[in-house]
Amino acid sequence: MSERRIFEHPILDFDRGYEFYFDFEGKKIKAYEGETIASALYADGLRKFTESKKLERPRGFFCAIGKCSSCLMSVDGRPNIRTCVTLAEEGMEVERHGPKAEFPQTDVGRGGERKKEEIEIAVIGGGPAGLMASIVAARNGSEVHLFDEGDDLGGQLVKQTHQFFGSHQEDAGTRGIDIGKELLEEARDVGVEIHNGSKVLGYYPEKKITIESDGRLEIYDSQGIVYAGGAVENYLSFENNDLPGVYGAGGVQTLMNEEGIVPGEKVLMIGSGNVGLIVGYQLLQAGVNVVEIIEALPEIGGYQVHASKIRRAGVPIRASHTIKKAIGDEKVEGAVVQKIDENWNPVKGTEREVECDVICLAVGLSPDTGFLRQADCEMDYVPELGGFVPLRTEDMMTTQRGIYVAGDAAGIEEATVAALEGKIAGAAIYEELHEETEDTRRSKEEAKEGLDKMRKGPYGEVPKQGVKTCTVDEEVCG
Amino acid sequence: MSEYKSTGIIRKEDLEIPSDERLEEGPVVIMECVENIPCDPCVAACSFDAVEMEEITDTPDVEYETCTGCGFCVTECPGLAIFVVDCSYSDENCKITIPYEYIPVPDEGDEVKALDREGNEVQKAVVTNVRQSGKTYAVTIEVDKENVWKVRGFEVEK
Ligand SMILES: Cc1cc2nc3c(=O)[nH]c(=O)nc-3n(C[C@H](O)[C@H](O)[C@H](O)COP(=O)(O)OP(=O)(O)OC[C@H]3O[C@@H](n4cnc5c(N)ncnc54)[C@H](O)[C@@H]3O)c2cc1C
Ligand code: SF4
Ligand code: SF4
Ligand code: FES
Repeated sequence: MSERRIFEHPILDFDRGYEFYFDFEGKKIKAYEGETIASALYADGLRKFTESKKLERPRGFFCAIGKCSSCLMSVDGRPNIRTCVTLAEEGMEVERHGPKAEFPQTDVGRGGERKKEEIEIAVIGGGPAGLMASIVAARNGSEVHLFDEGDDLGGQLVKQTHQFFGSHQEDAGTRGIDIGKELLEEARDVGVEIHNGSKVLGYYPEKKITIESDGRLEIYDSQGIVYAGGAVENYLSFENNDLPGVYGAGGVQTLMNEEGIVPGEKVLMIGSGNVGLIVGYQLLQAGVNVVEIIEALPEIGGYQVHASKIRRAGVPIRASHTIKKAIGDEKVEGAVVQKIDENWNPVKGTEREVECDVICLAVGLSPDTGFLRQADCEMDYVPELGGFVPLRTEDMMTTQRGIYVAGDAAGIEEATVAALEGKIAGAAIYEELHEETEDTRRSKEEAKEGLDKMRKGPYGEVPKQGVKTCTVDEEVCG
Repeated sequence: MSEYKSTGIIRKEDLEIPSDERLEEGPVVIMECVENIPCDPCVAACSFDAVEMEEITDTPDVEYETCTGCGFCVTECPGLAIFVVDCSYSDENCKITIPYEYIPVPDEGDEVKALDREGNEVQKAVVTNVRQSGKTYAVTIEVDKENVWKVRGFEVEK
């Protein structure tokens, strides 16, 4: 495939800015205004971005959101730049430096003097949970600062081109990208101060947070915190799983739906939960061939309607199958899959080679809770919610008074639940710092009713049990 | 375990379908949504109140006598699980309305490949209507009457 950029898409419009060139190891690379360095290189066909330290194995683009470090390169003499989150600029000089970068040739810092500020409420994470919490607290009168490391707010919502599931009242049937925009507008209207491009680095007592923004360190001294940092993708171990061409579903979504670049020609999808099914469908919409979807369990994990939709497009879904290894030297050229029995043992003689240039992992999410651990919030392992989650009260307060949690960070569920939890947290934190109002009382009540409704049926029963085991009384909070 | 749990493919037996008399009367909706998932836009989409749901996690309960087969709900379902069939106007042919979100979008009068629930070609079909709602299309194709429970997709030949 010569052109990896998507120009025509059934759902998305990619407004590319002007076209320009930058230099990559002596070669001229085409880029469009607004594209990251890594995207432009990927669109040009580059697969090996760096190497592993010890074994010098090739490393490719992986997470696409600045988290995995496999895209580090030198840009205009500055080493270790995350090219997946750095915009390409005309005339830039980009070079690979492998795992061991030389000491910088130029002044590194782009930021200025460090900044310190006192604020009332810090909300961390601008997905549906964080946006909703900010809106409720701010409309009651709090001074709310919302921090998100991304340039665009909306969290997972921005990558979701499909119509959303859930309750019509809470925006189901609207596309994720549009819900994100609406919430953001509302947050602006009620006076939430939005800090995008601001990564929260750490927690320090008493409710101080440090933030990196544009190369500058900022410190905020807050009176209350809502943590809504979402989830991290699970990885899977198999032979050659580090080859360029093995991507997380989130990385594929970012590349495809935000940057408008297809990851490859033939994709093997691992995992048939809703994420695997939806990303598989989005790949088809972008014109990419999904060769098959495999699932280790005997049953498809996601909703039947999603599975049926992708089957109608001719994509096989094979339950009781796993991946044995990826084939290829410098990049993925295929995979070996095989059947497994009820005890997860490989069934002899069922090994089969699959032709593909991308292996997409959609094997689940885990709550991103590093920040909450730093803040000494008590955690519990709750498999029904995706792993370690913070203990919380019905009002979404963690065991640290004044620190609240909402959304996927509190347990992997879905966007409506995230928004409802955010609503509760936003109302509760306002009540704690000020007083109960008609609006906070009603918001909490409605949201709790909403949660009860969402957690019904066979799919809702699982998180419902999970939430039961980690909900605590307020007395245990510090 | 129902077969669709491991295959993703719904069979006619998995559905509560309208009576033969109702099918002969005029177009009617077929909702291929059989699990208890937290989803309900189909209820609000129907201005004839033909779809009921007590709890958001119930499956849609269609009152086939009330459904006019207008097809409005087809584009409103995030699962793309709603179809309309019309077996009332001929002995040989019937029409199926299918939600569609790919490119290219066909035009009225185009010939397309009619596909079954596994994406296999069943027959050639002619597009008789194309309606757009947002970015989702409801495309009606005409197929042989015997294929009314088989065809649930189509492919535009490029
Ligand atoms: C493929 C896919 C399909 C989905 N489909 C549906 C669907 O149909 N219906 C549905 O209801 N749900 C769906 N979901 C789930 C839904 O998107 C999530 O449950 C929801 O977005 C969780 O919201 P959140 O606010 O908790 O987290 P997120 O939306 O993940 O937002 C977290 C935000 O926090 C930011 N952040 C994290 N760490 C930091 C830090 N240290 N500093 C600053 N910012 C930080 C991130 O950049 C991000 O913007 C889907 C998810 C995926 C992946
Ligand atoms: S086809 Fe029309 S009348 Fe029938 S359920 Fe759908 S919206 Fe209602
Ligand atoms: S809108 Fe579609 S997926 Fe949702 S309940 Fe109705 S038929 Fe099922
Ligand atoms: S940090 Fe850039 S690809 Fe992961």
